[in-house]
Amino acid sequence: MQVDEATVRRIARLARIEVSAEEAKGLEKELSGILDWVKQLDEVDTSAVEPMTRVVDQKLKMRDDVVTDGEIADQVTANAPMTEDNFFVVPKVVE
Amino acid sequence: MTDLTKLTIAEARDGLQKKDFTAIELTDAFVSAIEKGNGALNAYVLQTPEHARAQAKESDKRFAEGKARPLEGLPLGNKDLFCTNGIRTTACSNILGNFKPTYESTVGQNLWDAGAIMLGKLNNDEFAMGSSNETSAFGNVVNPWRRKGKDGKASTDKLVPGGSSGGSSSAVAANLCLAATATDTGGSIRQPAALTGTVGIKPTYGRCSRWGIVAFASSLDQAGPITKTVRDSAIMLKAMASHDPKDTTSVDAPVPDYEAVLGKGVKGLRVGIPKEYRVDGMSAEIQKLWDDGIAWLKSAGATIHEISLPHTKYALPAYYIVAPAECSSNLARYDGMRYGLRVNGDDLIDTYEKTRAKGFGREVRRRILIGTYVLSAGYYDAYYLKAQKVRTLIKRDFDEAWNTVDVVLTPTTPSPAFAFGEKSGDPLAMYLEDIFTVTVNMAGLPGMSVPAGLSSQGTPLGLQLIGKPFDEETLFRTAQVIEDAAGRFPVPDAWWMKG
Repeated sequence: MQVDEATVRRIARLARIEVSAEEAKGLEKELSGILDWVKQLDEVDTSAVEPMTRVVDQKLKMRDDVVTDGEIADQVTANAPMTEDNFFVVPKVVE
Repeated sequence: MTDLTKLTIAEARDGLQKKDFTAIELTDAFVSAIEKGNGALNAYVLQTPEHARAQAKESDKRFAEGKARPLEGLPLGNKDLFCTNGIRTTACSNILGNFKPTYESTVGQNLWDAGAIMLGKLNNDEFAMGSSNETSAFGNVVNPWRRKGKDGKASTDKLVPGGSSGGSSSAVAANLCLAATATDTGGSIRQPAALTGTVGIKPTYGRCSRWGIVAFASSLDQAGPITKTVRDSAIMLKAMASHDPKDTTSVDAPVPDYEAVLGKGVKGLRVGIPKEYRVDGMSAEIQKLWDDGIAWLKSAGATIHEISLPHTKYALPAYYIVAPAECSSNLARYDGMRYGLRVNGDDLIDTYEKTRAKGFGREVRRRILIGTYVLSAGYYDAYYLKAQKVRTLIKRDFDEAWNTVDVVLTPTTPSPAFAFGEKSGDPLAMYLEDIFTVTVNMAGLPGMSVPAGLSSQGTPLGLQLIGKPFDEETLFRTAQVIEDAAGRFPVPDAWWMKG
């Protein structure tokens, strides 16, 4: 599997990580190497196998649909880079 | 007075109860050991002596009133992946910056509610991604163990303490805490324990709550302790484990008294030796360690059975699909808007991209990109779904094995502690560190590493025990037999305390 520079750029954009030209070069090689290596899974016949979802069979737990927490807006925003009156301040999203 | 920092949890617990020393005296002994020794090891990224002394004061009050709790007055280190209320938590990443949670992890809360004392936050690989503690934003952690040089004297080459819980393993081995919290996604408790002569257990997935632990790969992450002895491990896990409504994957099952089973021995226990773990190029010393373990268990009355776990070789490649995929989803939350670092760009997307490029280290970026790739349109079935199906087969191998054996014995790592830079240039070489441990996470089983011998370089090696789901008790009693036979492995020379 060869990951080319265009693919690296596409993935980096999807992941929202800026990648320099120099870094992209190195990543082409590294990502190709790792993806080649995981390709050995193709040897395994999984046509009749369900994907694993849990370790032991367990019923999905239900809980009453009630408010158990909240009214802590100051705590929720306490670590934000920018806030105003318990709102997150973010760059302009809508033009 | 004897050096209090050298005590085990069980010994310190007895000493406190008998009033040989107070919780304040015990805490102060660790605080000054950390002040003196941490500079050379870099195990702690944040020291919280004031916090520790306040907790110790409360403990001494409770001792005086006869209201001591199970872990009353015992000073611990806390991996920086566990959120601590009002105390900086970074996962050793620059992207979390000066993040101060407004809540406590459930595992941490369980420990403090049991009376334990927190000495500080311990170093780890960034977001727990690494096997050598070389990816932390706070720098490398040093293993207190040193190799024997050609002249027979200790070499001064710095060795890695394993990872990702390298701060935990280094601090416990160096007597900078009685025990430490840790987490394990592919081997991050057991591998560092093996490389430092300490005991590490990753319980069954669901045994400990993941709430308040910075997430890496949610279907694999589990918390557990790193300790000096098997008994200490039993004491710690009992306190850490609980059912937690805030983590739907935590299991609603009673937590047994693990300490009570330690003396039960292994008479009649069926021990499985998986032939697939005899990998090509396994070193003679690892082979001998394994044979020693087999001989010890046999002479204690266990029966030994060769078993087959045919999908073992696929565990690591499947892990390197599942773990990065889940990491790319989990780490999407670090966008510079609600907490942590923000690097302002030209617009919103530019701000995201610059923030994440600057905040995440190289290995974390690499894993996010791999994860993004395997989850991207058109690739999901070929990678993530395929890997999850292989996981079913890995688990099925073990389900089969449990028909004939009660516990599985393997080496913990393919080699002893290595030097800095020895493997960090090649991601695949580093990933192979987890070759014996990762299957356990993939199948969700409990796994434990017990120190069992020394390498030709004079550094520790560990044996791994793998158990049935929620059967940590069998691991503890088997581990006790190994510890009794092998002895303990304290670091011979406390060089880090000499400035």
